[in-house]
Order: sequence, then structure tokens, then C-alpha cells
Amino acid sequence: MTDLITLNAADLAEKLANKEVSATEVTQAHLNRIAEVDEQVHAFLHVDIEGATAHAKSIDERRAAGEQLSPLAGVPLGLKDILTTKGLPTTCGSNILAGWRPPYDATVVTKLRNADIVILGKTNMDEFAMGSSTEHSAFGPSHNPWDLTRIPGGSGGGSSACIASFEAPLAIGSDTGGSIRQPAAVTGTVGVKPTYGGVSRYGVVALASSLDQVGPCGRTVLDTALLHSVIGGHDPMDSTSINAPVPDVVAAAKLGDIKGMTIGVVKEISGDGFQAGVKQRFDEAVAVLQELGANVVEVSCPNFPYALAAYYLILPSECSSNLAKFDGIRFGLRAGDDGSHSVEQVMSMTRAAGFGSEVIRRVILGTYALSAGYYDAYYGQAQKVRTLIARDFAAAFEKVDVLISPTAPTTAFKIGEKLDDPLAMYLNDVATIPLNLAGLPGMSLPIGLAPEDNLPVGLQIMAPAMADDRLYNVGAALERALLAQWGAPILSNAPKLAGV
Amino acid sequence: MSEAVMPFDEAISKFDPVLGLEVHVELGTKTKMFCGCSTEFGAEPNTQVCPVCLGLPGALPALNEIGVESAIRIGLALNCQIATWCRFARKNYFYPDMPKNFQTSQYDEPICFDGYLDVEVETDEGRQTFRIEIERAHMEEDTGKNSHVGGATGRIHGADYSLVDYNRAGIPLIEIVTKPITGTGKYAPEVAKAYVAALRDILRNLGVSDVKMEQGSLRCDVNLSLRETPESPLGTRSETKNVNSLRSVERAVRYEVTRHAARITAGERVVQETRHWHEDTGVTTSGRSKEQAEDYRYFPEPDLLPIAPDPAWVEKLRSELPENPAIRRARLAEAWGISDFDMQTLVNSGALDLVEESIAAGVDASAARKWWTGELARLANEQEIELSELKISHQDLVDIEALISSGSLNDKLARQVIEGVLAGEGKVAEVVAGRGLAVVSDDGPLLAAIDEALAADPSIAEKIQSGKLQAAGAVVGAVMKATRGQADAARVRELLFERLGVTE
Repeated sequence: MTDLITLNAADLAEKLANKEVSATEVTQAHLNRIAEVDEQVHAFLHVDIEGATAHAKSIDERRAAGEQLSPLAGVPLGLKDILTTKGLPTTCGSNILAGWRPPYDATVVTKLRNADIVILGKTNMDEFAMGSSTEHSAFGPSHNPWDLTRIPGGSGGGSSACIASFEAPLAIGSDTGGSIRQPAAVTGTVGVKPTYGGVSRYGVVALASSLDQVGPCGRTVLDTALLHSVIGGHDPMDSTSINAPVPDVVAAAKLGDIKGMTIGVVKEISGDGFQAGVKQRFDEAVAVLQELGANVVEVSCPNFPYALAAYYLILPSECSSNLAKFDGIRFGLRAGDDGSHSVEQVMSMTRAAGFGSEVIRRVILGTYALSAGYYDAYYGQAQKVRTLIARDFAAAFEKVDVLISPTAPTTAFKIGEKLDDPLAMYLNDVATIPLNLAGLPGMSLPIGLAPEDNLPVGLQIMAPAMADDRLYNVGAALERALLAQWGAPILSNAPKLAGV
Repeated sequence: MSEAVMPFDEAISKFDPVLGLEVHVELGTKTKMFCGCSTEFGAEPNTQVCPVCLGLPGALPALNEIGVESAIRIGLALNCQIATWCRFARKNYFYPDMPKNFQTSQYDEPICFDGYLDVEVETDEGRQTFRIEIERAHMEEDTGKNSHVGGATGRIHGADYSLVDYNRAGIPLIEIVTKPITGTGKYAPEVAKAYVAALRDILRNLGVSDVKMEQGSLRCDVNLSLRETPESPLGTRSETKNVNSLRSVERAVRYEVTRHAARITAGERVVQETRHWHEDTGVTTSGRSKEQAEDYRYFPEPDLLPIAPDPAWVEKLRSELPENPAIRRARLAEAWGISDFDMQTLVNSGALDLVEESIAAGVDASAARKWWTGELARLANEQEIELSELKISHQDLVDIEALISSGSLNDKLARQVIEGVLAGEGKVAEVVAGRGLAVVSDDGPLLAAIDEALAADPSIAEKIQSGKLQAAGAVVGAVMKATRGQADAARVRELLFERLGVTE
């Protein structure tokens, strides 16, 4: 049983297809693991024991009947609680949605179900995806399996933590400013933010509509690619989704050949000013890439230093509008409706009671930035900076095939360490944010442990729009070379939770 | 509670009115603007909803192409420029009938702009044309509908609780806004009414909406301000809502002129506010104060792609536009040789198209008008159906007219034929035969009936022969009765005088 939870999704899928193991056994093994360790890790907000078990049973029956099933059929997965799941709680980490069971599935969820991927439950996140540590979840933070006193990153800390703790081999996250990539970096796992529009946003509770994107998480580059190919593709229900085939990410992940490629290190986020161990591992990874035959050069993206400021104007503005629907009228929490309050008061009281402080902070900020007389100075200006950043990328990609940087400036910090300083918290995203502003795809994969604290360090790969496959090609090459160096996957260094 | 007003004539002699009219049209598309829900009127509450139009978390809009097409056609019919590239925008405000607490609308990039509509108004100097300039026409979505239960008036005051029905939320709306309308002087009320009427005509003609003001598929907000002279700067305006008929448009403008004039003359400030029109009492009352215009925090809608209508498509739509109704009416009036008043009667009775079709089928112009605005209108009314739903064809009317011309039918008999056709007794010829309705063309029976009538009252013959020719009426009447209306009255009279040896 224990073996099942340490297997990669690709290997699990093969065993399932060969009937060496049943979907029921696989699901049960992971549910057991969750029961054993999740009290410590708190990756899950809701575990759907009944649904997962029933789905696994159905998969086994159909396979026994000779039906041809999808490649990942029977592989379990953790789903970030920002995607709607019909009949299952969907909280987005917030009290204002406590108890809400959506009447519909997100398109991505439908795709997962159709691919017979077993959804074990909904994973923890910073409230409405606002945060870099999962500490802003209304239901308590998740804990980094590498060190339970530390954050697993955010906003999708639950998704990355559940993979790092072997509670699931696959997870789905969402990334608006780094919420898949940064947790991947600090938990020693792989996370990808696809090209904006590459994966449907229908059923993904919106934070910042022009920045949000759903993406795959796994322990290996190949696992992540397999999941990516399931969830990607055009959706007529999402007007911003791209009407083009999903890039062949699986083939790229199996290739891993970067000979002759030109890779650019972004000068402005090359690690200067970052934690020493992070910079060190990054520089070592650059050397590995060169050994593999890539030509690594330095590229300047001069507007990147403005990305954080632009982002923290655009995001709050859009979210102040996206979160207006949480008013207690049609779903979720309703406060103050005792007959003595007007509807405006009920809305106010509901939001004050249901939203956490970080959400309120950003809604107020965004409302202000969009208000009359300020639009041009703030939102309008930020959007122009956004164009400049997109141009920086475009200019860079004329010279290089991909760009790289450390994913995050530090390794996992202690729970509570940055909670009182929102700006310090925002700085976690300095390397990941530019990609969201430009709508381009990015991956984080583990490149080692920082010597000073033995905590995982991630490297970020960035590619042009619709060139998601390049991420997987470079990622696979680097991963293979590092695995050879280390002799074992990075997670084998993580402390054993419940003996594993 | 009632406010001071100044008599209209006095007000208009002292001040120059400036109008602004905002019209919302509910499109008659099958589905909503951003989702596939039905737009059918009258369904059970909250049965025509989905995650999108309910504003549930995670839902996203998908654009209704016919909505865009209708917006463009409306703009073209109003002589507007069509944007080559434009976007939707979010209009943010909180209200329970707005599921997302923002309305997806258009802000500084309307799909249609800079157009005009000419309207005609009767003035002391005769018929005058006013060119109403159109600022913009843009796309947006309708809200849900609140209802309040327990209060006396059905409005929110004193209600025990409120209900919201989202069936209407998301239905496509086109908002048409005029530029300030100046130079109307004392005809401001008439011009306002004429504009809304003309606009309604065009929209109906385009087939984009059923434009029923009473049902809310055409809504008009009236803005009015007064200034000392046409050269003075614009005064403070008020906005009046709940203007649910053409009549209300005219009356509301008139009232607001009198109210503004009274205030200004008394040295009081006109408050910039939204007012509510009351058709029963003929006044406006204060609603929401708009002293601080609400800040909607507009920004471009990130969930929808920009709209860049293909120029070839726009030109195709332009070439397929139906004829402007006012121009068509003028053309037909001239062709048929009828007055504007008669044409207006035709239009008001909804008979214009039918008359035109009958004429095309071969019915004489004045006969066609007579039947459609007369007997057929009466019957449609009686049966509580539309004129076009009457089960009579244009060919039937051609046949009836032919029989009238040949003397086989008179007016009264023709009505019986129509009755028979509508009752499904068959075509005209079949009804005539079936009911034996032909005019008696044989003098024999007529003479017999005449003799009978004369015998019944010998004094009539004396009166006629002594010169009181009007006494003949009684005989004709009796003969008509005896022949069940199937006599040609003129012929009966002829035969009577012949019989009595009298010349007319």
C-alpha cells in the first residue's frame, strides 16, 4: 500500500492500465495517507471519501468490462478549492462561502472526471487566492511537509503540500501572480501556469480575470505534462480561452533535449538580493543547462521592476469588481437579515463578517484605484506598464527560446513570519508576477535544497505564448540531469511523515 | 407634498428648455445577452436562469451574436457610425437585482455613435421637422426584477420582505442616448413624444424588439433642464423615470418644465435628481438624489473579447435594412392620395402593412383602407386578436370588391360575407352561395315587395306623389327588410318612383 502513494502518476497510470493494481486500491491508499498525515499538513479542506471511492469503483468495473479508458484513469488528484464542484463544498478558503455547494462543475472538473481522474477532495488556499503562504485561509494555514512550522507557499499551498506529502500524485492549482509556481518552489514539486487562455476559466472563481489561469501540479515534469494535456483546450463557455490545440507538452516532457537552445537569464530577477542559497542553487542550475548544450545568456527586461506595483493595482481593481457578487443574496453566508436591516446593510454586514483582512484590504484598494478621478493615474497607468512588460518579453524572446529565474526570493519562511507585513508578503511574487501580466506560460521545478536551511529551491522557466511545450522540454532535461546528480528524487530528502 | 408649478405658457416664455432622452430597448432575441437562457416572457420566477445570469462564482459571459447584430442594425437605422473596434465595460454598483453587482455594459466605446433621427411635429407654422442628434447606442444587459410583499403600494416602503426574480437578468438591452436637444421651445413635449414614437416605429420595423412600453420592452427616461435663453449655459437637469407611454413622455416633459420654471423663478435651486412620473396624478416626485453622481468605477470587461465588426458584414446589414418607416409612410400617402391624418389613423390601427398588401393584391386603395380600419378592425377588436390574425385573405377582399363593383353585393351584404369567411364557411363565392347573399338583381321580387309595402300603408304613396320624396325611405326600408338586405336600395327607389309615376 505504501508504495502506491510514492509512485509517480505516470507509473501509477501504467500499473492501473495493466491491471496490476485497481483504482479502488489506489484511491484507498491515498485516502489512508490523508487520514494519517493531513491533520499535520492540513492540505485538504474537504475530502470526498464517498465520491472518490464510488468513482474508483466505477473505473474498475468499466475496465473489467473491457472498456478503453483514458491514460490517467484511476490516478487520484487534489483540487484547489477555487474550482466549482457540483454538490461538493467550494469555499475558496473563505467564510463567506462556507457551506456553499455549487450547482455546476467547472469545465476543468468535467474534463478531469471524463478522464477518470479521481478527485480526492478540495485543497486549502489563501482566501480567494490572495496570498503567498496559505496563512490567509479562513480555515487555518497548510503546513509545508518539509518543515511543518513553515508555510507551503500560496495561494495554492494546499495543492503543492498534498503532493509533497504523498497524499496525491497530482493536483490542480490556479496562478494569478505565482500561486502555482511559488508553492511548487518551496515544496520541492513541479507546478505550471499555462498560457493565459490555454485552460478554461469557466467555474474558476475569479480573482483577477485578466491574470488568473488554472494549471497542473505534480512531483515530476512528465506527471505535470500528462495532467496539462487533460485540462487544456478551448472552451466556448470561456470567451478568453484560446481556440487552438493544446501544445504537445507530453512529447516535450519525454524529449528533454535542449542542445542548441538559447536560454536567457533575466537580469532584473537573476537572484541578486535573493536568499543566498537560492541564488547559489540557481547559478548551479544554469551551469547544468550549459552542460546540457544550451547557450545561456543574460537578458535585460528593464520594466520588470515595475511589475509588482502594476500587478498590485490591476489585481485589486479587478478583484474589487469580481468579489462584489459575494453579498449574501443568492448563495453563501448571509448576515444581519433579521428584518431590521436594509438590503444594503445586509450586504455590508455579510461582507464584513465573511471576508478576511487581506481580502478586505485588496477590495478597498481596488475600489479606490478605480474610483472617479483615479482611474487614469492607477488602473490605466498600470495597464500601460503591463504593455511595457509584455514588450520586454517579446523583445527578449526574439533573442532567446526561454527565460529563466529563481522562482521565489526565499525558501519557505516560518508560519507567522510575514503575516504582519503585507508588502513583505507581496515581495514573494516579484519573480513570478511579470509572466501573469504578459499572459505567458511558466513552470517551476525543484533544483535543490538551499544549503543554509535544507529547504527546496525552485527554478522558473518562462516561454512565449502557446509555447508551453518548451517549458516541459527544458524542465525535463534539467530534471533528468539533476536526478542523475542526486541519485534520488528531491522529495526523498523530506522528513518522513507517518513513516513515509 | 405637491410642488409649485408655473403655467406652461408662462414658463416657456421665460425659459428655453433643453431635453435629453434615454431609451432602453429590450431585444427580442431568443436567448440572453451572455448565456443561453430563454428570454420568454411570463415564466415562473427563477426558472430561466443559469450560473452565468445568476452571477454565481466562477461563471463567465459568452456573447450573443444576434445581440451585436441588432445593435448594429439599430445604429445603422439611426444614421450612426458603427465602431470598428469597441469593448464591453463593467458598471459597478450594488443592488439585489444585479446578480454580479456590476452590469456588463459599454462605457467610452459604444458600438454606435453620432447619429440622428428626424421627427415631425405640428406647429403653429405647420409641420416642422426637428433633427434629434443621437449621441450613442450601446449594448448592455437587463437586471432582475424586485418585488416587495406586504406594503400598501407594492413598493418597498412598508413591505415585509422582498423577492427577486432573475429571469429578466441578462436579457439584451440597447441603450440609445440623444445629445442635448435644443431649439424646441414650446414644442419640447411634442418633440419628445414624436422622437420616442418615431424610434419605436423604427425598432418595430427592424424586428429587433416588440417595443411595448406598457410591458417594459421600451423604456424612456426623460431629462430636462431650463435656461434663460438659448445662449445661456445649460441649467441643472432632472431625470424622470417610470414614463411608460408616449402620452406620459409628453406630459412628463410638460410637467417638468412647469416645475423647474417655478423653482428657478422663486429663487430656488433645481436639484439634480432622479424623479418618478405618476401618470394618475400627472406629477413627478423626488426619487434618488443624484447630487453626487454615482461612481460606477467603469473599466473594460476582461472576460469578453473586444468587438471588431467586419466592415463587409456591416455593409451587408446596411443594405438589408428595411425602408425607414417615416419615409415609407410619406411615399405611400402620396401614392394613395391620402392626408397625413388618414395615414396616421392607418398606422395607429396597425393596418398599414395589411392595406399595402391588399392593394398589391388588387384591392382598390380606398376600399382597402375602409375595410381594414373599419369592419375588420371592429371584428379583430371583438375577438380580441390582432388584425393580422383574422382568417381572411387579401384575395378574399379582392373577390368581395369585385362583387360590389358588379352590383352583386352591397356594403351590408359584404359584411355578412366577411363574417362567413371568418367563420370558415369557405371562400367568398362559397359563402355567397351558401348563405344566398347575392343582391336581388331581378326586378320581379322587388316590385312585389314594393307593392306589398305600399298596400300596407296607402298614405306613403300619397305623400310621395305630392312631392314628399323622403317618404320613399320607409318603402325602401320595408323592401330591404323583406329581402333580408339583399336588395339594391338605389334600384328599389328607382322602381318605386317608376311605379308611382314620379320623377326624382
